[in-house]
This record gives sequence, C-alpha cells and structure tokens, in this order.
Amino acid sequence: MKRLLRWLVVFAFVGAAVGLYLTRPHLLAEDALAGLTGDAAKGAVLFAAAGCASCHIAPGTEPSDTPVLSGGQRFVSAFGTFIAPNISPDPIAGIGAWSDQDLVQAVTRGVSPEGQHYYPAFPYASYQNATLGDVLDIVAYLRLLPADPTPSQPHEVGFPFNIRRALGGWKLLFMRPGWVLPGPLSPQEERGRYLVESLGHCAECHTPRNLLGGLKRAAWLTGAPHPSGQGSIPNITPDALGWAGFEISYYLETGFTPEFDTAGGEMAEVVLNTSQLAADDRDAIAAYLLALPALGDE
Amino acid sequence: MTRFKKFSAVTLACLCMAGSAGAIGTATDAAVQARQAHMALLAANLGVLGGMAQGQIEYDAEAALAAATNLATIAGLNQGAYWAEGTAAGEATGSNALASVWDDAAGFAAASEALTGATAGLVAVAGDGLDALRAGIGPLGGSCGGCHRTYRQRQ
Repeated sequence: MKRLLRWLVVFAFVGAAVGLYLTRPHLLAEDALAGLTGDAAKGAVLFAAAGCASCHIAPGTEPSDTPVLSGGQRFVSAFGTFIAPNISPDPIAGIGAWSDQDLVQAVTRGVSPEGQHYYPAFPYASYQNATLGDVLDIVAYLRLLPADPTPSQPHEVGFPFNIRRALGGWKLLFMRPGWVLPGPLSPQEERGRYLVESLGHCAECHTPRNLLGGLKRAAWLTGAPHPSGQGSIPNITPDALGWAGFEISYYLETGFTPEFDTAGGEMAEVVLNTSQLAADDRDAIAAYLLALPALGDE
Repeated sequence: MTRFKKFSAVTLACLCMAGSAGAIGTATDAAVQARQAHMALLAANLGVLGGMAQGQIEYDAEAALAAATNLATIAGLNQGAYWAEGTAAGEATGSNALASVWDDAAGFAAASEALTGATAGLVAVAGDGLDALRAGIGPLGGSCGGCHRTYRQRQ
C-alpha cells in the first residue's frame, strides 16, 4: 500500500512535469530579429492587411488613417468574453514600453513579455506564418500611432478557461505552423495564400471550430455560425461563393458584391482594410480563394 | 337629425380606425418592399458603373453620367414614409433594418447624407474618364458599407 502510494506520488510529479513541459510558452529566439529593421511605410499597408485596427480601436469609433488603438471591443464566445487590449504606444496602458522582440513574439507566438500565453481570440495562430520582417514593419508603424491612456480591461472568462497555462495545450493541439492549402501553387496564388492564411487571418471567422475552439482544417473556409449566435459567416470556397475572380477583387476593393449589394457586419470593416491593399494583392487573394477545394457547408 | 349626424360621424370614425388597424400589416410590408425596391434601383445603376469599373462594360461617359445622376436622384428622395417606425427586423416581414435606424435617428440621417454626398461626388467625376469613375466609386462603396455595418442586421 505504501509502495503504491509512493508510485502514485511519483507518477503525479512526472505527469505534472510533462504537462508543464508541454504547455510551456515557446519564446521567440533571442536573435530572431538580428539584421532586420522595421519599415513603417510598408508596415502601414501590412497593418491594414492584418486587420489590427478592426479589433483594437475603441468600440463605436470610426477607423481612420491614424487609428487610436485603445482597445475595449468585446468579443463574445463560447468560452467567455474577450476584450481587446490597448495596443497604442502609451508606455503604461499600451505597448510603448515593449521591445520589438516583445511585440513580434506576442504577434507570432501568442506569448506576452512576461511569458504568459494569450488567448487565441488574438489570431496569432494565423500570424505565426507571417514573415518576421513583415511583423517588424507592422511594429514600426504601430509605434507611430497616437498613444491613449485608457487601461486594458480584463477578459471575462470563467473557470477552467481562465487557466492561462492550459492554453499551452491548446497551442499544442491547434497552433500548427505551415500552410493549409498545399502546393504547387502559382506565385500569385502563393501570395494570396500568405495574405489569406496568415496576415488576413480569414479562417479565424470563415472556418468552423471544434468544441475546444480549434479550427477544423478539413472544412477550411467553408463558413461558420457567427460566435454571437446571430447570423452566419459564409462559405467562401469556389462553388459555394460562386463569384468570378474579378468580382472577389472588386468586393475587396469597394465592398460591392456581384449584385451590387454591399458587405455588412464585420466584413464591412474588413473591406476598409482590403481597400488599402495594392490591386495585385486583392487579385492574389481572389486567385487563392479560387484555388481552394470546393466544399459544401459543414 | 343632429343626433343622426353625430352617430354617423362616430360610426365613420370607428370604421376608419378599424380600416387602418386592418391595414397595418400590409402598410408595414409595403414600407419594407418600398425600401427594397429603393435599394434595387440603386443596385441597378451601380451595376452600370461597377461593370465599367470592373472592365466588364465598355466605359461610356454619357451612360456613366446618367447612372450617377440616377443614383444621386434616388439617394436624394425623401424616404420618410418607408422608414416608418415599427418596420424593423422582427417587426415586419423580410425587414433587415436594425432598431438602431430609429433609436439613433441622427446617426442614420448622417449616414443617409453621407450617401447623398458620395453620389454627388460621383456625378461630378463620372463623365471624366474611367480612372475618375473608379476613384469616385470607392467613397460610395464606403458609404453603403458604413450604413449597412451599423444599421442592417447581419445576414
């Protein structure tokens, strides 16, 4: 009996150690940014491609050329309500005191400067596939935006989802690096894949999720119920969408559908971002979407 | 006689009230249908301009100017009657209008004015060549989307 107990204690310790090891935050290598410098002008366009302002501007404010990223928008989900933080350059309320290393690590690894996991409402699982150079350009642009002293609000997430360490397990299961649509692709389709799968993080809304909130990669971009419970997000694979390439490009430029209705809801904000991209990039997104396997709604 | 007159007046009033009560359903539907027809008219003219901007229809300055002028005329119509209260989504069949149309009447009016402004801007440039037309459609799409984002139910 005593022996069994001793073994149980040993197993518990080993189990805990393995668990802690598996859920540890994966930090960005210290020399990852060596030789790279951020270019704020390029960063402005990449910032639009990554849609940062759509979530991080204050609720009810209109996006502008110099967005104030004071946070506060609420994102309701099955796991609780996430509240976008202040990422303006304010040194206390925002990210003004963070190093480039801190910021690039947050965006591509989902790990805070203190080494804590972020919730995947922050789409780092998509951003992990962005080039570090592009992320550094975004960071350079971010630093030029107006500072705002509004403090970030804590997320409203109950037990057990409030155990941040457990997010290491989520990342282990669902934060797989690499592309979903395999090659071979044309250079244009590859550019589109980069914009859709990484910076644009389109799948975060347009792909259904499993019970643990992981994206169902087998149903990539086939649409999903809206997390608020009202309405749905459309399937954008070729047959389901049924739009020609020029129609997709035009929609991303102006918001007009082929019927000359316009984007509504969150997609209207996405179009505010995609309208700032180079026309070639919008065409690349269209080419990628048309290269997807045609799948029905899940 | 006077009593009869009074009686008739009361009867008539009652009949009218009953009549209007019976018509509420259809009047609501008619308001929603009128709004949708209004949007369809805008879309038909946008189709001409968008088709040119997309390179699907050959640019024609006269046709572009005519479509833009139509848009400005349609956008400038007084639409008070068909944005009647009680015709929000859930209140009227087929309606996608959010209650914010009425709760935030000032904001909705401003969004409506933004559209009038954007269409006027388009009238000014639609006849000046394809590039000018393309550039003019951007703000118009922005004003359509801006209003739909805030005042139309997610579909």
